[in-house]
Amino acid sequence: MNHNLGETPLNQYDAIVIGAGHNGLTNAAYLAKAGLKVAILERNPYIGGATVSRELHEGWYYSNCSYVCSLLRPEIARDLELPKHGLQVVPFGGGATFMRNGDHLGNYHDHDRHYREMARHSLRDANAYDRYTADVTKQTKLIRPFLMRTPPDPTSLKLRDLTDLIDFAKAFLNMGEEGLADTIAFWTKSVGDYLNEYFETDVIKAHMAGSGIIGTALGVYSPGTAYVLLHHYMGDVDGNVGSWGFARGGMGAVADSISKAFLAYGGDIICDADVDQIIVKGNKATGVALKNGTEYKAPIVVSNLDPKRTFLDIMDAKDLPEAVVKKAQNFKIRGSSGKLNIALDGLPIFNGLDPSNPLMAGDLHFSDSLERQERAYDDWKNETWSKDPYLDMMIPSLTDPTMAPPGKHMMSVFVQYAPPKIQGREWTDEDKDGFEKTVIDQISSYSPNFRDLILHCETRTPREIEAEVGLTEGNIFQGELTFDQLLFNRPFPGYAQYRGPVTGMYMCGSGTHPGGGVMSAPGANAAREILRDLNKPNTVPGGYADD
Amino acid sequence: MTDYDAIIVGGGHNGLICASYLAKSGRKVLVLEARDAVGGAAATETFAEGFKVSRCAQWLHQLSPAVRQDLKLADHGLVFAAENLATIALSAEGSHLRLAGDTISGADVSPEDEQAYREFRRKMRKYAGLMRKLYETRPPKLVEHDLRDKMTLAKLGLGMKLMGKDDMSDLMRLILINIFDVMNETFSSPTLKAAIALDAVQGTPMGPRSPNTVFTYLHRFFGEVLGYEGVSQVKGGMGSVGEALASAASSHGVVIRTNAPVASIDKTHDRITGVTLESGESLTAKAVISSADPKTTFKSLVGYQNMEVGLVRRIEHIRFKSGTAKVHLALKDLPTFKGLAPEDLSQRLIIAPSMEALETAYNPLKYDECSEHPVMDISIPTINDPGLATSGGHILSAIVQYAPYSPKGGWDALRSTFLDTVINEIGRYAPNIEQLVTAAELLTPADLEAQFGMTGGNWHHGELTMDQVLMTRPVTGISQYATHIEGLFLCGAGSHPGGNVMGLPGKNAADEIIRQGVLA
Amino acid sequence: MNAVSRDTMLLETPFHSRVAAMCQVNDWGNWMGYTTPNAYFDVELEYFAVRSTTGVFDLSPMNKYRIQGPDAEAYLNRLATRNVSKIGIDRVGYTVWCNDGGKVMDDGTIFRFGAADFRLCSYQRAMDWLLWCALGFDVTITDETEAVAALAVQGPTSCTCLTGIGLTDLNTLKPFGMRHYQFEGAPLMVSRTGFTGDLGYEVWVPPEKAEILWDRLFEAGKDYLIKPFGSYALDIARIETGFIQAGVDFVPAEEMVRPGRARSPFELGLEWLVDLKKPLFNGRTALLKEKREGSKFRFAMLNVEGNKPAEHSFILKGEQQIGTVTSAAWCPTAKSNIAFAQLEMPEGRVGQDYVAEIYYQRELHWTRVLAPCTVMDGPIFNPKRRRQTPAIAH
Repeated sequence: MNHNLGETPLNQYDAIVIGAGHNGLTNAAYLAKAGLKVAILERNPYIGGATVSRELHEGWYYSNCSYVCSLLRPEIARDLELPKHGLQVVPFGGGATFMRNGDHLGNYHDHDRHYREMARHSLRDANAYDRYTADVTKQTKLIRPFLMRTPPDPTSLKLRDLTDLIDFAKAFLNMGEEGLADTIAFWTKSVGDYLNEYFETDVIKAHMAGSGIIGTALGVYSPGTAYVLLHHYMGDVDGNVGSWGFARGGMGAVADSISKAFLAYGGDIICDADVDQIIVKGNKATGVALKNGTEYKAPIVVSNLDPKRTFLDIMDAKDLPEAVVKKAQNFKIRGSSGKLNIALDGLPIFNGLDPSNPLMAGDLHFSDSLERQERAYDDWKNETWSKDPYLDMMIPSLTDPTMAPPGKHMMSVFVQYAPPKIQGREWTDEDKDGFEKTVIDQISSYSPNFRDLILHCETRTPREIEAEVGLTEGNIFQGELTFDQLLFNRPFPGYAQYRGPVTGMYMCGSGTHPGGGVMSAPGANAAREILRDLNKPNTVPGGYADD
Repeated sequence: MTDYDAIIVGGGHNGLICASYLAKSGRKVLVLEARDAVGGAAATETFAEGFKVSRCAQWLHQLSPAVRQDLKLADHGLVFAAENLATIALSAEGSHLRLAGDTISGADVSPEDEQAYREFRRKMRKYAGLMRKLYETRPPKLVEHDLRDKMTLAKLGLGMKLMGKDDMSDLMRLILINIFDVMNETFSSPTLKAAIALDAVQGTPMGPRSPNTVFTYLHRFFGEVLGYEGVSQVKGGMGSVGEALASAASSHGVVIRTNAPVASIDKTHDRITGVTLESGESLTAKAVISSADPKTTFKSLVGYQNMEVGLVRRIEHIRFKSGTAKVHLALKDLPTFKGLAPEDLSQRLIIAPSMEALETAYNPLKYDECSEHPVMDISIPTINDPGLATSGGHILSAIVQYAPYSPKGGWDALRSTFLDTVINEIGRYAPNIEQLVTAAELLTPADLEAQFGMTGGNWHHGELTMDQVLMTRPVTGISQYATHIEGLFLCGAGSHPGGNVMGLPGKNAADEIIRQGVLA
Repeated sequence: MNAVSRDTMLLETPFHSRVAAMCQVNDWGNWMGYTTPNAYFDVELEYFAVRSTTGVFDLSPMNKYRIQGPDAEAYLNRLATRNVSKIGIDRVGYTVWCNDGGKVMDDGTIFRFGAADFRLCSYQRAMDWLLWCALGFDVTITDETEAVAALAVQGPTSCTCLTGIGLTDLNTLKPFGMRHYQFEGAPLMVSRTGFTGDLGYEVWVPPEKAEILWDRLFEAGKDYLIKPFGSYALDIARIETGFIQAGVDFVPAEEMVRPGRARSPFELGLEWLVDLKKPLFNGRTALLKEKREGSKFRFAMLNVEGNKPAEHSFILKGEQQIGTVTSAAWCPTAKSNIAFAQLEMPEGRVGQDYVAEIYYQRELHWTRVLAPCTVMDGPIFNPKRRRQTPAIAH
């Protein structure tokens, strides 16, 4: 779809947003809602960034990049009337880790069934699960109220920062001495160590640990990965915290609905607009120049690109404080993931599980021990793709019939780990083929009929993700979700309040608080700050109370 | 009447220091040591006939100057064989890197790196200085601050503000990340990066890429703000530290009993009454202060059955993993290291060719396997202190990483293989080493646990991870040396601020006990 | 038709064939993963079977843990707030257990089979905590939930019904006593315990004897008007007699998510279960402190005016909200309207008067009632026959 509406006379806007990813669209929508004349400039001929659905094989729609939906803030979905604009998020159930011994660990939403399934593997672990759930829920309750807020700057002495900081501190202090100790542990330790405090069984730990490494260039034994787990738990579908769903029609439906909201507020979306540079005059952003020479003028320029692309690519170092350039250089945005989108002629059978079993509708994995997951990370450290990768595999067509023709299926395979470079050099087509073969071989080793069902396979290494979506190194979160890059440190200390170092220049991507995932909170939060600077009434909704 | 005011379980350096301060304050103190000599990990022992070595801790680089002064350790025989040694990062090709104070030289060092190194150390000194405000006092609680805690926090907050906005925000970023990234951001020389990274991971079950290794580096670097520029070698080996501390303690009236293993710490319903020795002898005291690690203290001595379960669970969850072994070689003669001047043999020699090599050495540890190419911190103590080899020859002592606590296959099967691996690895730098070895000893983490009573062989008495340091060391609720049980205190490295021969846990604990007046 | 993994479907209890046959209204619920009846034929009539004849309740899903070994008694003494040493062999004791913070994790009953052999029955699954508690003790803990089938046989004619299946001299069994019989060639244990506050027993057999037990019991009880009852009727009975329930009247401490929502035994009116003279038990330090400094909440049994159950009601003192109701029911035998409430200290002293703000709906019309209520000094239903030994005969 192309929203190229042609050039606006004089190319003069109140605000320009660079990048039509979900955050850019959200940001633009809120600015337009406040009455600003806003244009979004998108490099690709289509919008969505990493939230796209594309028909790359006739009759099959791929959510090429992001593939599941939970984090999208319900406040935003409701406020921008996304359901009216066509968004329908359908929760999915099930999920399983298939084991090398032919068994599996199924994931059931029903508490007692889940207990029984875990007890099949370990009675002790099944009993510990309630404690685990309570403890993780405590942490999600702590973080959720801050998703729709701007992080305070702890080094600042401004009244707003101080009162926000006190608010922030209060939430933490309310946890009590032991609760706060648990929080510190949770935010800093490895997902492996965290799970070891509850569970003893390999497959149970591995099944849960996956959420701690998805999109992350760290291993299950790396300190900091327990938080990444939280990042995958803090979303909700219809108030069910931690639930995940599919956007009907693929993730493109998210971007599409936000863009419709934006257009309804009178915004312009300009595709095929490859930004060369943010124009800065006298320490003020004045507009944007495209690679084709076209210029757009606006006193507000918002970048939805990741911090590296923003500060090192489309901004001139001479326009920036030296420290910011350095911080951007040091920003951790490592490619660690790849993706296979596969058109299937039918449903594969894994470990003998009947393909119509409801477990198949959820997230499927094959890593049945922390050691296998960690060894997959060792390969990444050695600058090659994992030979026994961790897969997060979905068959959305079991939940959403629009994704594939009747009786056929679309499979989305997220692959951890794939390095941004192979042994220091760029990925080659041979590497890509090898990567694809590794993944398909792994799946096939659990499913005898899988290979024969493949009608088409689209493989994306970090190289393709970077080239197509523009995410540096193909990092899906626009920067790693480690504590040094979270909250008031995201993207870097001193710049966590969406304002860039140049007047009128802002950031609204996942590289800002609260980070990656199809959440739209960074875009909305950035809009609130921009409107504040313009002394305009705020159009961004507050977060829901979360008791 | 109790037999003593305080009984200290364990005659390691922290136990002795705590005992001395308590005795100085006029209390009647008994130290009970299971082994035949005090000093704990600060021990000089014979590993082969005619060869004595610092068998656990190898260097002195952090012992608190306040402790040294208060206890007059110099008067009690603490003498250095060599002070402020340079670190020499060995290269197999013979192009070594020398780090001494703020200066680096040799190898592939560029002027930019020299400058960056000075700047890096300046910043680290600033951060370590901030740490000092926390390390030399009782850590505040997390939530329930009393006035004293508030003071500590205020000092800390002020210290942070005074660092300036840039250094402060940089600290917030650095404190949780890995040394690997910081090195790559800061330096270009692979040897230099690895030399610093080795310090960051030494004694930890982490590799340079593991987040948290900047903190462990700062912990190590802390010695620099205490006045140690590099490591020092104690005359007579680290056992002399133990002897000097024992002598100081005795001079203040502390009673020290060796070969007196404690079987249990005894309590009534509500408070500690004393200890029972393995011999069956019972001794009473107003307070029992344990310098054993928290797991040993609570699991073996107090007994989990005598505690509440939430605390048991927290103690059980303390991570004590270690990947560190010791290797001691008796040598006929001095080895020859390619390209190394003979006078440099007496310095601290390290084998850590690159951060990638460090990381690769680390990987197997995660799977309970041994490094194929271990990294090392080597001392040839007999050069500065010939007395250690009583009938001539030399000793090579090495801190070796990584070796697991319980490797797949078991240490019985792997012991000689791993020792060969270590000797071969040294042989890549000193080709004649194999011919010189007359006796060799490998102390695995399991051996270190068995011999020095450190759970997991972890010399910090608990990993130095963000959830196990400062306000939550060893676990929340018992981070201020007093425990849940009235009359029971902790004073070992498992307490704030943690391990290395530093003595601050022992001193801080004594300060706290005196302040609380429990012995009066 | 989806293929469903059989091993995770809801379980059936060993009595299921008999329960299903009698479950006329097909009103099923999920209790601990088992398919169990909410009601069999009529909740009120089921309830009255318990109070007037004999009601039978399938309590097989109850979590049952066997605790054996030389340290079993010491283990339980550290776990539970009451002194387990005082529970004799073949005796049963009700207790609660707490976390380190002195907050209740669950309540349950301890059955003592021998000097070093116990069974702990709990409403919540407890294996995680029980295993943590086992460190340092020489005990083995076995989950025997599936290995033991159990029926609660409750009501004035219950002793007679059970005597009729061969449990001779059962009438001499004292409250909280246990006795062992042979039944159809298998061991049968009967305890004079229950959750209804009436004369009643619980009968424990191996699962393979479950159906024959049910058949024999209903045959023997026919003339004494024996009836099955489901969880709805049980709920009325337990409220009438003052029994609290985990997850309803308190949040199990380890499952609590929001700070401050768990309760101590003192705050649940269970002070009588706490033996602070005992050397050590979990939560002791915190409970001593609470005893010293005072509790934050108080459990109150309220007698509410009118006949509208005060479910989910706020309790007011004048304009001020001082607490909330956790359980409420119209109690048909006592002819009283009873509510359990958590009140903020110092409120809740016996005899204090408050107002319950009750909302109820009749024919789509919502009504708000401000019903005066009074704090009672004990359960409203506490009949003599509950304790009488020998038990009354019919």
